[in-house]
Parts: sequence; structure tokens; C-alpha cells
Amino acid sequence: MLPRMATAVSQPRVAAPRHTAVVRVTHWLTVLAFLALAITGYLLVLSHPRFYWGEIGNVNMKPLFSFHVPSSRDTVPTGYNYVLPDENGWSRALHFQAAWLLVLTGIVYGIAGFASGHFRRNLFPQRGERSWQAYWRALRGVQTRDDGVQSYNGARGYNVVQRTVYLGVIFVLFPAVIWTGLALSPGFNAAFPFFVDVLGGRQSARTLHFFVSDLLVVFLVVHVVMIALAGFWSRTRAMITGRVENAGAEENP
Amino acid sequence: MSPISRRKLIAGGAITAAGVAGLAAADRIARRHGLIPPDSGGLYGPGETLTYAAQRVMGKHALAREFPRGMISKAPFMNEVAPPTDAFKKQQAAGFRDWRLVVDGMVEHPLTLSVADLQALARRNQITEVVCEEGWSYVAEWIGTPLSAVLQEAGTLPQVRYIVYRSIQSDWWESIDMADALHPQTFLTWGMNDGDLPVGFGGPLRMRVPRQLGYKSVKYITHLTATDSMKKFGKGLGSASPEGGYAWYAGI
Repeated sequence: MLPRMATAVSQPRVAAPRHTAVVRVTHWLTVLAFLALAITGYLLVLSHPRFYWGEIGNVNMKPLFSFHVPSSRDTVPTGYNYVLPDENGWSRALHFQAAWLLVLTGIVYGIAGFASGHFRRNLFPQRGERSWQAYWRALRGVQTRDDGVQSYNGARGYNVVQRTVYLGVIFVLFPAVIWTGLALSPGFNAAFPFFVDVLGGRQSARTLHFFVSDLLVVFLVVHVVMIALAGFWSRTRAMITGRVENAGAEENP
Repeated sequence: MSPISRRKLIAGGAITAAGVAGLAAADRIARRHGLIPPDSGGLYGPGETLTYAAQRVMGKHALAREFPRGMISKAPFMNEVAPPTDAFKKQQAAGFRDWRLVVDGMVEHPLTLSVADLQALARRNQITEVVCEEGWSYVAEWIGTPLSAVLQEAGTLPQVRYIVYRSIQSDWWESIDMADALHPQTFLTWGMNDGDLPVGFGGPLRMRVPRQLGYKSVKYITHLTATDSMKKFGKGLGSASPEGGYAWYAGI
């Protein structure tokens, strides 16, 4: 039996929702922005599916790595003798518009998260959980789902592994993807050259932007799989309405 | 209607009204300070406008990064060019002696300049990166005449807001605002890496706008027009790029 965590919500169906309105609205805006960014991002890669390190990189140079896929430009030697249609116009426009949505949503979420204590209460590892044993227990709990402690699969609160992953996504991966993305803008780089120089150059920034984006996509896939395992509609409903309905019955069938 | 929902309704209405009023005020301020790009309409207009306005507010006079000579690309990538016309080939055979740049529109003194005239007017160099929207890049030394020197010679009128530039490829024309037109790194380029500007890189005359993506650095420039509005040019979106689905402002 695992130690029960002290959670703010002690009873179901009380006034305090599982997720606050700010968390729910910013969550779905982020979903919208991230899907647009990921899809257009991969489409943009097709116009030059080669990656480099340092300041410069082009087809006259040896890439760090490249993808053996057809390109949407006939100037890229892919080995395929056909060229994909150019989707960069709308992809770029949607990518940047979605990036604005993501950044503005992130600012609202970040301010509200600190002001309301959301980060401290719901995401920072709780006292008594800041040990390797706690991580190990949480991992076992997530895998087996038979410990009977509701908070360990997200119905009432998050375990220490979930908290750490969410903090990493919110405070490391999202800032990193925004930073590396901004470092690809020639106008931004003129105003703030430090952003690109510290990454080792423009092509390094592009390669890092690609990898950080991939990590966020991996997070998205794992996140959705975990939600499906925990009860897709109950978790999704909680993130839409804020309420956890019949959580107890579902947790202990 | 319960008091709670009425209160929510009033609060929601107040927030919406404040939001609409705020947007209207922001739009008025942005227009007064020239922060709305010509292609601000349409589905992606908000994103284009936010990017352009943010970059103009935060770094209107910022300089593009310059690089040491050792970082000049050994094998710069020569992007595809349209097959030269017969007229162009004839000019090339004559060493571009008869190449002319026409400067007109809202200027006190319309000009017609040869490349030699430009070279006599002013000569600057910069080692900057060409950045393509596709993702590749290279660094080269660009030698040319600052656009600002040409505009000063022609005497642009105070109400001028954009400089339109055209090339011998009639379907490729662009424009930039005065922040970029008067920027010290915006060149009418006629030299590259201590030599003449090769035809493949836009010779005899290429616009270089290093704070924007490569597609704003149009090759084979023949014509500059100063204007206070983009409405009468093409579809009124600022350049050929938005007509083909690409942003007019390419600082990102």
C-alpha cells in the first residue's frame, strides 16, 4: 500500500474542479497550436530534409544527417526523381500564427500558474515525494494501476513522475522550442543575436529546433496513450468540464 | 435567470466589450505607427501583423549579424534562376554596360543609373548570411551601394512609405518599408567576395535585405518606385510573394 498523498480535493463533486478554467482553456489552445505547429513543421522540413551543425548549411555541404524522403524542392538531391508539391507558403503562415497563439497562451498560463499556486500545488513534487524511491513507487503504480490510490493515475492529482514530466515539458521543452524557433528568424536575430549565437549558429538552432519538437511530439504520444490507459473519456471530460464524474467507480472497478 | 448566470453574463459581456475596444485601440495605434503590413488581411493576417509589428517595435534599427572573413562560404549555393532572356544574354555579352536602374515614383529627381553610376555614388561591403525560407544558408561578402544613398540622391518625398523593386523577371517584384529601405545594410549589390556579382547570384544588380529571408533579395534589379501605398501595385498585398502564398514581411 502506498502512502496516500495530501490532495487539495478530498471529496468528489465539490466546488473545486479537477482542473481550473484557466488550465482547461490554455490546455486546449495549446493542443490547437501544437498540432498546427507540428504538422506544418514537418511539412517545412520537406523543403530541405537535411540538417547541419554550425552557422551555415546548404546542398553544397555535408549534412549532419538527412532524411531519405522526397523533397518539395528540385534543388535538393534526394535520390528520388520526383518533387513534392510546395506547401511552404501556408505552412509558414500557419506555423507562425500558431506560434503566436502558443506563446500568448503560455504567458497567460505561466502567470496564472504562479499566481494561483497551480505549479506549486499541482506540479511541483510534494514533500515526502522528493526521493528516488518515490519515483520508483510512482512508476510501479502507473504501470500496474492496481494500488487503489486514485491520485496515482491522475484522477485527483499527479504522482511525482507525472509532475516531473509536466514540469519538464512546461519549463524546459516549450521554452527551448520557442527559443530555438526564434533563433531562426533573421529579424529577431538582428535584434537579439545572443539567442542564435549561444546555440552555435543558425543551422545548429534549426537542428535543435527539430529535436526539441520531436521530444514534444513524443511527449504528446505518451500523454495520449497514458490518458487512454487511465480512461480516455473520463480524463478528457475532466479537462473539458473540470469535473471528475464517477471517478471512484472507474478507478476501482 | 439565476443571479449567478446574470452576473456571469454581465462579466462576460464586459470582458468582450473591453477586448473589442482594446483591439480597436491597438489597431488605431498600430496604423498610426505603420505596424500593419500590406498583406494583413485574410486567414493568416493576425500572425503576419503580430510578427511585423513586434519586429518593428523591438528592433527597427537593429543590424543583421556580420561575420568574420574566415566564415565566408567556400561553396555558396547558387539558387535556381529562370533561364535568361535573349535581351539579358545580349546585356551579359556587353558586360552589362547598358544595364540601367530606373528610380521613379514619389521622388524629387527621377533617376536612371548605370552600375558604374551606382559605384561612383557610394560603395560599402558587408559579410552577411543569406537565409532561405527552405532552411539552407550561406555567408558571403556583399559589395554594393546602400539603397539609402540612391534614395537620398533621388530625394524621396516625406510621405513615402515603401520602396517597390522590380527585376527583369517581370513576375518577381517586391517591396520593403522605409525601415528596411533606409537601413545601412540594405544594398543594391554589384559585387560579391571581392569580385563582380556573378549572374547566378543576381549579377549585375541584386537587392540585398539581410534582415529578411532570401526571397526579398531579388536578383537582376531594373526599377525602383517610391510610393506611399501598396494599393495600386499588383493585388495590393505588397509584392508578388503574398500573391503566391508567401508573407510580404520575411523577417521570420
